[in-house]
Amino acid sequence: MNLKRYQEVIIKPLIDENPIALQILGICSALAVTNSLTVTLVMCLALTVVVSFSNLFISIIRNHIPSSIRIIVQMTIIASLVIVVDEILKAYDYETSKKLSVFVGLIITNCIVMGRAEAFAMKEKPLLSFFDGLGNGLGYSLILISVAIIRELFGSGTLIGYEILPLVSNGGWYVGNNLLLLPPSSFIIIGLFIWAIRSIRPDQVEEPDFKIANHSSAPDLTKREINV
Amino acid sequence: MNESITKTLLVSFLICLICSLVVSFAAVNLRDAQNKNRLNDQRLKILQAGQIYNSNFDIKSQFDSIEVKFINFQTGELTDKYEGLSIDSYDQVVASRDLLLSSKVPQGEDIAIIKNRENIGKVYIVRDELGNLSKIILPIRGFGLWATMFGYISLENDFNTIAGIEFYQHKETPGLGGEVDNPKWKSLWPGKKIYDENQNTLKVIKGKVDPDDSMYFYKVDGLSGATLTSRGITNMIEYWFSESGYSSMLKELNYES
Repeated sequence: MNLKRYQEVIIKPLIDENPIALQILGICSALAVTNSLTVTLVMCLALTVVVSFSNLFISIIRNHIPSSIRIIVQMTIIASLVIVVDEILKAYDYETSKKLSVFVGLIITNCIVMGRAEAFAMKEKPLLSFFDGLGNGLGYSLILISVAIIRELFGSGTLIGYEILPLVSNGGWYVGNNLLLLPPSSFIIIGLFIWAIRSIRPDQVEEPDFKIANHSSAPDLTKREINV
Repeated sequence: MNESITKTLLVSFLICLICSLVVSFAAVNLRDAQNKNRLNDQRLKILQAGQIYNSNFDIKSQFDSIEVKFINFQTGELTDKYEGLSIDSYDQVVASRDLLLSSKVPQGEDIAIIKNRENIGKVYIVRDELGNLSKIILPIRGFGLWATMFGYISLENDFNTIAGIEFYQHKETPGLGGEVDNPKWKSLWPGKKIYDENQNTLKVIKGKVDPDDSMYFYKVDGLSGATLTSRGITNMIEYWFSESGYSSMLKELNYES
């Protein structure tokens, strides 16, 4: 057992290989659920559980999965886990599960889960895979929770429902920023995070896929032949 | 070896079997807790539709102060008991799917697209300290854009003025038709009237209602971008406050008071 390797798979996805900030995966739910911190926390927990256990189970049977049906097998395991998580939420946290509505179900299509299964769990040992899932879940949670804190605090003046900045509409002094309550604002916030992370860690900056060519001079119109 | 057809079939079979066992185990074991939550949520919506919910108190104790009665839709009669039915556990939505307990809505009348209407429904009566009827909360349902919307509407004791409306289950598009849950939109309802002088029912119109409109009290602002949901609610109101719904019961109550 190599402790350093375990440490690495948990720490690395937080900043160095963050699934959202570096790999730009799982953006859909990051936009949709982050307008309230409570809902975000539940979503992060749900995703972390699903990605950890899907990695664990897929890794356990990795040597027996025929490669022709491996994606379907992974999907089946992930989907079953998501259904179980969804059922548990409906039983123990009905209010939040109603707010999350389809987004728990959509964890099935979250690229982070599938990505870790295919890229890591298919090759590595079960326990290590489990921790890799945990690390990636935490990396996802780190970004989501930060976005949610900004959106809820400056959008509706509350955190986990407790009033921090009293809104004008409730007799306070703070005018809530309505843009922050709308999904596109997470795009901007996540963009700023990525900018910040890549300024500190320039090695994360990608090589441009294309180079913009120099301007070519315009064709000389005076010399054009005119067909009549 | 892994790639042989036998192994492929075997692995897929085993994965399906194990996963389905896990999923059904979770579903069966958590069903009771989920039903309890659903019931609690439904009770909360009843209290909210009646505008009597106080978040400082427990939902169940507040709900218990409400009087529940059976309504016979054929006669419009309200009763405390009905042969073979327990008022606590009777679910009219379940009954509407039972051929023995429901009747088919004739094609032309089925504007709310509910297909079958239960013969017996439930109504919720709120009384003031003196025991006088102060509000009546009525279940309504009808098709929106994607699926049937289930809700409650409450009336003041003139049996025409709306006290509140609340939906507890729907599948409308979030942000468009899903705005039926928006407190701002729901706050447009109290004070509006179900029936106008000609006994036509309230309508959810397209756009905003003009405050100078003589029909102001019989119209509610539509949900922008959700014409079909708005129309669904109009139809739902028209159906449930027609002769096949609550109209004869309300007339009777009005007459009594």
